Amino acid sequence: MAELHVELVAADRKVWSGEATIVVARTASGDIGIMPGHSPLLSVLESDPVTIRTTDGGTVVAAVHGGFISFSDNKLSILAEIAELADEIDVERAERALERAKSEADAIAEKRAAIRLRAATGTH
Amino acid sequence: MGAQLRVYKRRIRSVTATKKITKAMEMIAAARIVKAQRAVAASTPYADELTRAVTAVATGSGHKHPLTTEADNPVRVAILLITSDRGLAGGYSANVIKAAEQLTERLRSEGKEVVPYIVGRKGVAYYNFRGRDIAESWMGFTDSPTYADAKRVADPLIESVITGAAEGGVDELHIVFTEFVSMMTQTPVGRRMLPLSLDEVETEVSGGKLRPLYEFEPSPEGVLDALLPRYVESRIYNALLQAAASEHAARRRAMKSATDNAEELIKSLSRLANAARQADITQEISEIVGGKAALDAAIAGSD
Repeated sequence: MAELHVELVAADRKVWSGEATIVVARTASGDIGIMPGHSPLLSVLESDPVTIRTTDGGTVVAAVHGGFISFSDNKLSILAEIAELADEIDVERAERALERAKSEADAIAEKRAAIRLRAATGTH
Repeated sequence: MGAQLRVYKRRIRSVTATKKITKAMEMIAAARIVKAQRAVAASTPYADELTRAVTAVATGSGHKHPLTTEADNPVRVAILLITSDRGLAGGYSANVIKAAEQLTERLRSEGKEVVPYIVGRKGVAYYNFRGRDIAESWMGFTDSPTYADAKRVADPLIESVITGAAEGGVDELHIVFTEFVSMMTQTPVGRRMLPLSLDEVETEVSGGKLRPLYEFEPSPEGVLDALLPRYVESRIYNALLQAAASEHAARRRAMKSATDNAEELIKSLSRLANAARQADITQEISEIVGGKAALDAAIAGSD
């Protein structure tokens, strides 16, 4: 089965890297699924969960804020200012952050917390 | 115990206490250098990928962006100076401030007005003491800067460059920081950061290889607009991290020589203390001998 190499890097660390069969992300103009052999692409990502289906049948979900995706030579790089894997996200903390953001009417923080929650709980 | 000896003993005690402190600071700094170096290493994958992406867009589209366009006649330039928050780091802050002064001097002689932006308490104190204006300053994170800090620093600078000198902004951005060359060498450097010269970026990555033809989402312009500020942020982040590593290295070196000096001082004070003790003993013996002789003479006289 064809596979593509994925590097998920945040500004201050490498978050995840490995082989995948398909990567689904949300770009400025809509959701995009990238499979091996896709034409070279460079795109701005919306702040949203990114789903990576790995070659061994698993799924990696990461919350990505302020990022880009670039694909060439079967190599996919996902760059983000902040990127967190779903299993790293502390759901309770994210919920608390969401509550706080709502009560303070901080739209940006609210969105950030909501995306984190969606990535962590898989409801997207 | 003689008074002289007591004075020496007291000084030895005090120098020993100082030595303990400097030794501890040296070890803390050494541990932090490693941590700071690791942070630099952790940030490189992102910087590399970003550089590659910027090159791809810049060469894939003929699009002009304010951050890459040279002003015909730059009149106002910003200098971002990165110093430390705390002292006891030898010449670290002084050296980088000196480099900034030279750069300021050079830019002024080219007829440009210089607007200083400063990171670190030491730099702010230097400018305030001389009564100079600071456009903006940031403090409290020079030890271990985060990406959010870099973003905070970069935002007003990018904005200012985009505005342009004609409307109250600046035409160029120069950055002065201490480059971490190795454990032993850190050099203050001044570089022009904006407008970006894309040729430079290009030779950094490609090495003459052919690049694929990218599709851009939503458009080349849109991607470039979003990419360039991130690129500048990541460069500033890298500068902050290097400066932090350099600061710890400078502090470690300063504290090492302080510890060495304290050791030296303890050694020479111990010598003096020993001599003083010896002199005390000698004097005591001669007093006893003298006393005995006088006593003997008195007994002999009474017979």
